[in-house]
Amino acid sequence: MTAAALRVAMLAVLLALVIRPHWFEPVFAPLAPAGGPVIYDRASLLSLSLNHLGLVLAASVTATLVAVGLAVLVTRPAGAAFRPLARSVANMGQTFPPVAVLALAVPSLGFGSGPTLVALFLYGLLPILENAITGLTNLPRATMEAARGIGLSRGQRLMRVEIPLALPVILTGIRLSVVIALGTATIGSTVAARTLGEVIIAGLLTSNTALVLQGGLIVGLFAVLIHDAMLQIETRLLRGGRI
Amino acid sequence: MIEIIGLTKTYDSVKAVDDVTLTVESGTITVIVGTSGSGKTTLLRMVNRLEEPTSGEVRINGASTQAVAPHILRRRIGYVIQGNGLFPHHTVARNIAAVPNLLNWPRDRIAARVDELLDLFSLDPDQYRDRYPADLSGGQQQRVGVARALASRPDLMLMDEPFGALDPIIRARAQDDLRRIQRKLGSTILLVTHDMEEAIRLADRIAVMDGGRLVQYDAPARIIAHPATGFVADMVGDVERPLRLLSLIPVSEVVTDGSADGAAISAEASLRDALSACLWTGRTAVPVERDGVRIGQVTLDAIRARAEFRA
Ligand SMILES: Nc1ncnc2c1ncn2[C@@H]1O[C@H](COP(=O)(O)OP(=O)(O)OP(=O)(O)O)[C@@H](O)[C@H]1O
Ligand SMILES: [Mg+2]
Repeated sequence: MTAAALRVAMLAVLLALVIRPHWFEPVFAPLAPAGGPVIYDRASLLSLSLNHLGLVLAASVTATLVAVGLAVLVTRPAGAAFRPLARSVANMGQTFPPVAVLALAVPSLGFGSGPTLVALFLYGLLPILENAITGLTNLPRATMEAARGIGLSRGQRLMRVEIPLALPVILTGIRLSVVIALGTATIGSTVAARTLGEVIIAGLLTSNTALVLQGGLIVGLFAVLIHDAMLQIETRLLRGGRI
Repeated sequence: MIEIIGLTKTYDSVKAVDDVTLTVESGTITVIVGTSGSGKTTLLRMVNRLEEPTSGEVRINGASTQAVAPHILRRRIGYVIQGNGLFPHHTVARNIAAVPNLLNWPRDRIAARVDELLDLFSLDPDQYRDRYPADLSGGQQQRVGVARALASRPDLMLMDEPFGALDPIIRARAQDDLRRIQRKLGSTILLVTHDMEEAIRLADRIAVMDGGRLVQYDAPARIIAHPATGFVADMVGDVERPLRLLSLIPVSEVVTDGSADGAAISAEASLRDALSACLWTGRTAVPVERDGVRIGQVTLDAIRARAEFRA
């Protein structure tokens, strides 16, 4: 009950911050420098939020498809030889600092959303790939034996047994990846992607704590609420229908 | 009919199954017994090609198992895996329906078949149909595993220690059920166990394996009376041989005229049960009844005569 109440409260605050930012003027005013804006006014916070979420969604969906596809390939007998390679490539994607990815992508992709998408995608890949490989390789032996024994074809085993049984672990990977992407997307503003990072950077450049706080608060609340919502969906899927 | 011809499986340097040849007649139960690691599971798994033989061949009703794709072959063969292997993410009903689903049976026919099988294995359909395997006891899981193998009424069934996790009472009942179902449907069953008692109870023929080799393949009575090697004799257990022999003979075979006193025994019971009744109540004969009607008696002398070793 208290958890539900907290959730509703956070959602209300988040919506108000994004749709009716001027309500919060008295709260942020003491933090703004004299003469500086209290509320970010160079773009609507709603459109920045939607853009931010859109980038995260696009990158996460692509990362999920690619990572799960790769995991399936390298867990087949024919692809097993490529498992270490896939893992180290994804690891490299993760070790590379996001700022460096952005910088390197700008010359070929220009400023804006392009480089950000690339960075988010590369960053999202590893947690999903790792989890999907773990999930697909740690299936109960007797169950897999039975699946073969009763006459499921390879494809049927994958779709009806392996993926459903690995799903909890895969979903955890996707959730992790989405949360990382929500945070990383703010850095995209350094190469002119329209994300909530814009608010924070504007604040940092003009020593305006009010703006920094606003941007940080919105991104933070999005991350917490989306993480929570995905967790809810996961538990419901697993407890109820079990796919 | 299953013909296993010169079947061998080598892992690295170990011969898990070593040149086994045997023929299982249609409509019979053949039980493979042997100690742990003697190659029973490996032999069974080569029949439905879960394992490909190093050499040798399996023919089912004259056709080589190599003639069709493995997953198509397996849909025709019921398979009970050692340790049940139920799908944890599917309900009991969906587990049992797995093969009928693959064979595209209509929905209502599948539902009816699931309930029929649950009934058969003493699991109330309304109570168990929608449960998940994790919410069943080990013995119940095992019965669902056997039900899954029976679901599409396959002519041939492979069972790897299907009753391992059952307590003695449920186990005996499950064995009787299996025997009854098998008689009714005329299915051919190849069953693995390491329990000689179970083998004697169920088998038309027993195959004894030792270190990957088939050391004897015979009717239970002959295995008991004429073990081919010391190993087989050990498996049968010397002191228990007369009792095991008696357990194979129904009372009806030695019933004679007469009207002994005391509680009666069923004509379908074994001589071992009759002996036990004699000893326990200090009688030299017990009355025999069939369908509640007394049809004669069985005497201790008659039992003794059948238990004696006649070389
Ligand atoms: N995949 C494998 N790789 C290597 N050796 C194996 C493999 N499968 C089985 N073996 C070996 O083959 C031999 C026979 O194994 P199998 O599983 O057929 O025995 P079993 O008679 O079924 O034993 P149990 O009663 O314990 O189930 C054993 O020595 C086992 O270690
Ligand atoms: Mg075994």
